[in-house]
Amino acid sequence: MKAIRDRNGLDTSKVDDVVLGCVDPVGEQGGDIARIAVLNADYAETTAGVQVNRFCASGLEATNMAAAKVMTGEADMAIGGGVESMSRVGMGASGGSWSTDPQIAFKSYFTPQGIGADLICTKYGFTRADVDAYAVESQVRAKNAWDKGYFSKSVIPVKDINGLTILDHDEHMRPDATMQSLAALQPSFASLGELAFDGVALDRYPEVEEITHVHHAGNSSGIVDGASAVLVGNLETGKAMGLKPRARIRAMASIGSEPCIMLTGPADVSRKALKKAGMNPEDIDLYELNEAFAAVVLRMMQSLDIPHDKMNVNGGAIAMGHPLGATGGMILGTVLDELERRDLSTALITLCVGAGMGTATIIERV
Amino acid sequence: MTTYENFKFEVDGDGIALVTWDMPNRSMNVLSQSSMADMASIIEKIMGDDAIKGAVLTSSKDAFCAGADLSMMGGQAGGSGSGSQEDRVKAMYEGNLKFNMLLRGLETCGKPVAAAINGTALGGGLEVTLACHYRVVSNKPKTQIGLPEAKVGLLPGGGGTQRLPRLIGAQAALPLILQGTALTPEKAVQSGICHELVEPGEEVAAAKAWLKEGLAQPKIKLGKKGPEVYAIAVQPWDREGYRVPGGDPHSKGGGQVFTIGNATLHKQMHGNFPAQKFIMSCVYEGLQVPIEAGLRIETRYFTKLLMDPRSKAMIRSLFLSMQELGKGARRPSGVPAFQVKKLGILGAGMMGAGIAYVSAQAGMEVVLLDTDRANAEKGKAWSEKLLQKALERGKTTQEKADKLLGLIKPTTNYDDLKGADLVIEAVFESRDIKAEVTKKAEPMLAEGGIYGSNTSTLPITGLAEASAKPENFIGIHFFSPVDKMQLVEIIMGKKTSDETLAKALDYVKQIRKTPIVVNDSRGFYTSRCFGTYVGEGIAMLGEGVPPAMIENVGKMTGMPMAPLALSDEVALDLAWKVREQTKKDLGDKYVSGPADVLLEKMVVELGRAGKKAGKGFYDYPSDGKKKLWPGLSDLVGKSQDPDDLDVQELKNRFLYIQALEAARCFEEGVVTDVRDADVGAILGWGFAPWSGGPLSLIDMVGTAAFVEQCDKLARKYGPRFTPNKLLRDMASKGETFYGRFAPDKEKAAA
Repeated sequence: MKAIRDRNGLDTSKVDDVVLGCVDPVGEQGGDIARIAVLNADYAETTAGVQVNRFCASGLEATNMAAAKVMTGEADMAIGGGVESMSRVGMGASGGSWSTDPQIAFKSYFTPQGIGADLICTKYGFTRADVDAYAVESQVRAKNAWDKGYFSKSVIPVKDINGLTILDHDEHMRPDATMQSLAALQPSFASLGELAFDGVALDRYPEVEEITHVHHAGNSSGIVDGASAVLVGNLETGKAMGLKPRARIRAMASIGSEPCIMLTGPADVSRKALKKAGMNPEDIDLYELNEAFAAVVLRMMQSLDIPHDKMNVNGGAIAMGHPLGATGGMILGTVLDELERRDLSTALITLCVGAGMGTATIIERV
Repeated sequence: MTTYENFKFEVDGDGIALVTWDMPNRSMNVLSQSSMADMASIIEKIMGDDAIKGAVLTSSKDAFCAGADLSMMGGQAGGSGSGSQEDRVKAMYEGNLKFNMLLRGLETCGKPVAAAINGTALGGGLEVTLACHYRVVSNKPKTQIGLPEAKVGLLPGGGGTQRLPRLIGAQAALPLILQGTALTPEKAVQSGICHELVEPGEEVAAAKAWLKEGLAQPKIKLGKKGPEVYAIAVQPWDREGYRVPGGDPHSKGGGQVFTIGNATLHKQMHGNFPAQKFIMSCVYEGLQVPIEAGLRIETRYFTKLLMDPRSKAMIRSLFLSMQELGKGARRPSGVPAFQVKKLGILGAGMMGAGIAYVSAQAGMEVVLLDTDRANAEKGKAWSEKLLQKALERGKTTQEKADKLLGLIKPTTNYDDLKGADLVIEAVFESRDIKAEVTKKAEPMLAEGGIYGSNTSTLPITGLAEASAKPENFIGIHFFSPVDKMQLVEIIMGKKTSDETLAKALDYVKQIRKTPIVVNDSRGFYTSRCFGTYVGEGIAMLGEGVPPAMIENVGKMTGMPMAPLALSDEVALDLAWKVREQTKKDLGDKYVSGPADVLLEKMVVELGRAGKKAGKGFYDYPSDGKKKLWPGLSDLVGKSQDPDDLDVQELKNRFLYIQALEAARCFEEGVVTDVRDADVGAILGWGFAPWSGGPLSLIDMVGTAAFVEQCDKLARKYGPRFTPNKLLRDMASKGETFYGRFAPDKEKAAA
């Protein structure tokens, strides 16, 4: 938020609201972290803050909500984005009744996400080699982008109180990963599946004889810390403040999908957003889909017939990690940088979401 | 001294009331309307009488209390009675809550109450003791301590779902409640359910000793403003700073218990049994609130469960009907009691060997005859093997095992059968062989002895033609494995006499199995209906339903095995042979089904005869799990998109085709008693127990709705789904099986 202010010479009193996604808003990141961030970043005290939760798409949802506030006229200018410190607040720390309350666990066929990802592979025909190959490519693309400085505009170093840099790069990358090294990893969800959850999934997907477990730490998103912020405003306010718009939002959408397999929402929500924008899948220049699990991306490419060279062109969460609440804002920013670098026009950003949902945003450079 | 119908009540010089449960004219105490009413006044008395300082609750019977009176529960279940639906639900809820609040009153009255558990305490019996502050249990090995309600489709509605997890934690309590596992007194103490283990006869003294010690201690203040009470009269969950052992459902450990527990239950039960899910909910929701609110939650679920038609059907079939049949409900009256002292068995194969074991277990002298000496010995060796296992598990002693084995005599000599009260033939399914052994064995029977055939498919009337006394000839059909399967299907031939039936039923009672009585027909009752399940699975395969879907949906209906896997187990060539034989026997009357073509292809063209051949619908790799044969889809030549298939319709097809066959058997007089039809289906071929059996299922769906659904299925899938005349008649009159054909209970009780 400080970087947004400083890069743009922003009069923060013109920012009406800050919407931040956070998936486990408890402990240090609990209690409306958005308002606390406003105060900590020395924004004007009139800037409000609200924290939202759409699980993994929280950061994109926050951006969409910020945009909606601007569209309705509630806000002239707002910030969307998100934050998650997974090293300090563990995944699932905020609890909930989804898996524990029998009334909801039974009717939603609750299974952990990894088993949903494995089920996608079994149902739609992706093999261990397919998901590993995708993961290796993610690492290659991320390394290439880092080496060539494609992320230079989107990475803001973490500095200590003296101004000394603590961290200025993604620590999670494993550019040396190969098919051979990944093949040595044991599937992560086989034992949980065998314990009980495969049985639950087969009740929902009886056409599957047994789930082949293919996902592991090397082809799933990494557990990391991160934060993101996107400044959204109306044309008039931007002009008055002398700001140059980079892109406009052409469409936004969220959707619910089948919660047991859980992670097939991106294709559904993309179709919905494309329809709203009056576009076809081939009208999108670059796609950015959070790499929660390799299967999620493979399935969306299969479903919408998207070529791999349009999808996640600079790698993704398999290589660089998925700080849950932050990711949506991050990948919106990086794909816009890439549109500018390639001088292309349109991008679709989407994420799969827990409990069976999808959120998407279509942007177009102006 | 106040007197009660079901309790003795006396107060000793120390002010300790001894409450002894002693129901008149009953061998066991149960929670009935009258014993609950007594208990209410006793609790009021203990609370209100200043002379009473504390109380000990015990029983005069061998057991403490066997639980609720299930005939009472069966009557309540399903929500019969007058008034609007809402009024009836409300009345049931309030009635059930009253008992829960009564026990809550007992545990909060400020006076210590100890339970002296002198024998089995199950269900409501244990729940009453859980509301006491101390539990002494006597160390009798046969004593069972547990909450078995879930086994008949109920949940512990007397606070069991609230107190047990508060006492020992959700992780330890849930399996006990969900599975209805009973513990020995020793285990009950180890797990923390009971406090003290004593020698039989010492339980009351031990309970009094605990009371006296506690009563001698100064009273404490309960809470900041609360009354002064004896410290020992406060339940753990009413003490300050109480935490659920292992954590509440939203603690780290507690969350795991429920997340994994829900999934495990889902996987095992496929959502068919309401009780287990409700138990999870009672514990999950109840542990997050104060116990009074928890008890209300329990009562709400208990009421909902009692209103569920599945509960009524389960209590009726799994408990009441089974008990009635076991006690001889179908035995013709007027025939003197018959006892088999000596039993002859012809054929020492798997069935013969199993029959020998269960009969020797009941103390009969068994002659196990085979044409081959080694076979006869092998048949006896089967009992040795079973006994060896029982010995290893501590279920029997060497002495008992030796005695049992001594009762079985393997032989090849028909003369050894001389004087047998009963001969059971269990030879190969061939009319000629059966006729031959009948002629040889029959003359050896004792005066008044009877002859039974364990055939599973051949009509009894035909087999009886080889008999000199067809009136003494009857079908006694066992299920495999004999030592585990509870059912015996008794088949009446045309000429079989009532006297012979009574004798056969007396034999079944001797070996402690549950009999059903059916009339002669091809496949009798069980084999005939069971075949339709497997046949429907093969028909779906022919339609291009993905094989895995057929298997998974089959299991989802509550059937114990998937249809194609079951076909492989039974052997495809056998099924094919039976069909060929039926075709031959029926000639033009044979209606060919969609399964026939596939079966012939599998057996004749491909030699995939099933599990014993190492290949059938599945492949059976020597080093791993069986897998569906990948060639199946090519064999069928078409494949439907699973996303286009209606899972509910597939489920209905599996269940309805079996229920329809049962209804046809009923119309044809193959089965004549609704209890035989339902209990036989559940025990015989594992028909979805949650439904209470095929006829209960039709009643539950509603005859008219069932007929309508079947007509719809018949239009889509063929005439095998066309409802029979009886069903149409019942549908038009709005009748149910248990309404129109209600069994004569008076006769059963006689």
